[in-house]
Amino acid sequence: MAFGQGRGGGRGKGDKDKKGGEKGQRRTLFRRRKVCKFCADKIDDINYKDTKLIMPFVPERGKILPRRISGTCAMHQRKLQTAIKRARQIALIPYVTD
Amino acid sequence: MANRQYELVYILPPDSTEQQIADVHTQIDGAVSKMSGAIEKTDNWGRRKLAYEIGHHKEGVYVLEVINGTGELMKELDRRLRVMDQVIRHMIVRVDEEKQVIERTRSKRQADSERRRVKRGLPPQRQPGEGRPSEPEDIDDDRYDGVEV
Repeated sequence: MAFGQGRGGGRGKGDKDKKGGEKGQRRTLFRRRKVCKFCADKIDDINYKDTKLIMPFVPERGKILPRRISGTCAMHQRKLQTAIKRARQIALIPYVTD
Repeated sequence: MANRQYELVYILPPDSTEQQIADVHTQIDGAVSKMSGAIEKTDNWGRRKLAYEIGHHKEGVYVLEVINGTGELMKELDRRLRVMDQVIRHMIVRVDEEKQVIERTRSKRQADSERRRVKRGLPPQRQPGEGRPSEPEDIDDDRYDGVEV
């Protein structure tokens, strides 16, 4: 079916905003290519005991950093997720911090 | 079936003495050897700060044991550890399968790189001084900036 049809209305966020043009440009300018840290550094083992490796993916609040921000690939995000959850169980990483 | 490997981590109160730590270890050792398992490695991490309070404790003595044995054994160990009141937290994780996967990917990567190097007419191993010198950490790296939505 016509998937392309509904597009025009939803996308026009920039048009509503009066300064939209400038804003949109800046955004595209500063977007850089994100790489999966574990693929790039060839880290095979994401272990729950290795807090030094995991901590950059757990921001202050204690949540797991989403893939869309960290750029981690799907496979490594999955492994990271289990590692973080295990580390939380034995109090190496907090569940929440406020 | 029997050659599974597990990791057991348990936390003891920070004020426990060497004797108490050894006591818990011998209890576990007894249970393991009774059910024809074997402790491969014991690693005492010493006192560490806990990420959150567990039963009014802010610190704990971490001990890691790598155990070869059956699932039945680990079930029994888990039950016993739950009962022991000097253990404030414990966790059992099966590790043999993950280790195999890691080993496989590592050897595959090694083999691939050797094959490629031979194809290019180079010796299979990397020579000293070859390739790009390792760069210091890129400060501009935006992996964790978390700005983009």
